[in-house]
Amino acid sequence: MNYRGPRRIRVSQKPHPELLHPNDAIVRVTRSCICGSDLHLYHGLVPDTRVGTTFGHEFIGVVEEIGPTVQNIKVGDNVLVPFNIACGTCAFCKQELYGNCHESNPEATAVGGIFGYSHTAGGYDGGQAEYVRVPYADVGPTVIPADMDPDDAVLLTDVAPTGYQAAEMGGIKKGDTVVVFGAGPVGIMAAKCSWLFGAARVIIIDHIEYRLEFARKYAQCEAYNFRSLEDPVVFLKRTTGWFGADVCIDAVGADAAGSALQTITGKKLMLQAGAATALHWAINSVKKGGIVSIVGVYGPTGNLIPIGNVVNKGITIRANQASVKRLLPRLIEHVKSGVLNPKGIITHRVPLEEVAEAYHIFSSKLDNCIKPILIPPSARV
Amino acid sequence: MENTTKDYTHIKGWGIDADPENEPTYPMKKYTGDDHNRLNWIRPVQQRADVEILHSNERPNLSAVFGTPQPPSGISGSIRRFAFKYSEGSYGHWLPLILADKINVIEGIIDDVKHGHIPNFFAEKGLKSEWKYNRKAFVQKAFIGALITTAVVALVMKKKK
Repeated sequence: MNYRGPRRIRVSQKPHPELLHPNDAIVRVTRSCICGSDLHLYHGLVPDTRVGTTFGHEFIGVVEEIGPTVQNIKVGDNVLVPFNIACGTCAFCKQELYGNCHESNPEATAVGGIFGYSHTAGGYDGGQAEYVRVPYADVGPTVIPADMDPDDAVLLTDVAPTGYQAAEMGGIKKGDTVVVFGAGPVGIMAAKCSWLFGAARVIIIDHIEYRLEFARKYAQCEAYNFRSLEDPVVFLKRTTGWFGADVCIDAVGADAAGSALQTITGKKLMLQAGAATALHWAINSVKKGGIVSIVGVYGPTGNLIPIGNVVNKGITIRANQASVKRLLPRLIEHVKSGVLNPKGIITHRVPLEEVAEAYHIFSSKLDNCIKPILIPPSARV
Repeated sequence: MENTTKDYTHIKGWGIDADPENEPTYPMKKYTGDDHNRLNWIRPVQQRADVEILHSNERPNLSAVFGTPQPPSGISGSIRRFAFKYSEGSYGHWLPLILADKINVIEGIIDDVKHGHIPNFFAEKGLKSEWKYNRKAFVQKAFIGALITTAVVALVMKKKK
């Protein structure tokens, strides 16, 4: 996969990745996904996305080569690779903030390294490829349990942990009403995971009917189309006894639809770090003293958000990239026990060679696409 | 609040992680207790920088590992070098990077042509799937595009005369 500019990608041969550090590994990819946050890159919304980059931060594969200091995995292991690149030893990794590692991204200090996510996230090539260099191979890569379906495993690299952490950061208590903005893969997973914390009511808001229908079935939640609502905030207030939801989750980020002002200033003119429409709605729909949890990806520049309402309502905002490694043990157990079924959101399986079509289908919401996975040629043999 | 008295236990997994004793409440309550030692960790081995790597001026050095595939080059590279003189909180950092991205796209096309590759925009944009799954919109867009092109050409021709 080779990025050529906004909404333009192609497949090309690139040099085989090499071990550049003693704790590197080379992984032969067997499955990779296109993530909703890849679309922010694809749409040209993330600064320092250089032409020639290979995207892809959700992948699993077989270890082909390891550096001299790698001890926790060996050649031939089937591994799932968390999207965060984390050293495991810095002050932030010690605090289990693996998404904020200080030793994996020289180009920005706010975010740690991420596979295939622009130079703002470290300039690494990603896993929508046949082979990928995996730094800190002793930290992130996790051997896939023998009895786990690889389709479940690949969704444990980002989507499931991000949805889970969105619910976790919401501090959901038994009996809470949770509203999730965005019925993409992460939003659907966040809705599903909200039940794990004891939510009594889960509502999802989006504007694509087929995604809402999917969310109703997969996450067993209420689902509403904001295009059919006069004002989603008023609707959510009304349906929660005029108080607001206990917890609101922004699972949309920079690419939000629904506000002309935000779309023009955030997406077209790029005067903001993306359109903050979902965040506006989350802040305004949550109850006073409630919690807003943000996992939707925004760029690094400023955003027009109603900070006055945050103060006046006494809202707690919690946000981060998911720290996949911290969450994996629990999520693997949930998948094994059948509580979670991540692969249930996969709707499209596409050969890697057709990655441009896959991006267009996913980006344009065609063919009822929820989650596409890419299969490299070597994994199809 | 509404509906809190309803029974949701029929939903698989409902409440399974709600035990406060078993809740990490991340990241608020997750402290190691040795935060005062945060500057004392042993840094991982430093990856060698064989290509130019730009680093944030909010840190004194490169991180121990980094990506190397697309070092800054050309006009976009010069703009990126300029951008990294400013901190991450500054528009002096991000706006030049956004400009550099746009110039980089043009550089990519020039580079393709130099190497004898004419970019296939139809394929690169994945428009085969638009034709397959969204034919009506595809035809509409093509028609409007053709109409605008014809109008522009006609206008230019008229001015020339």
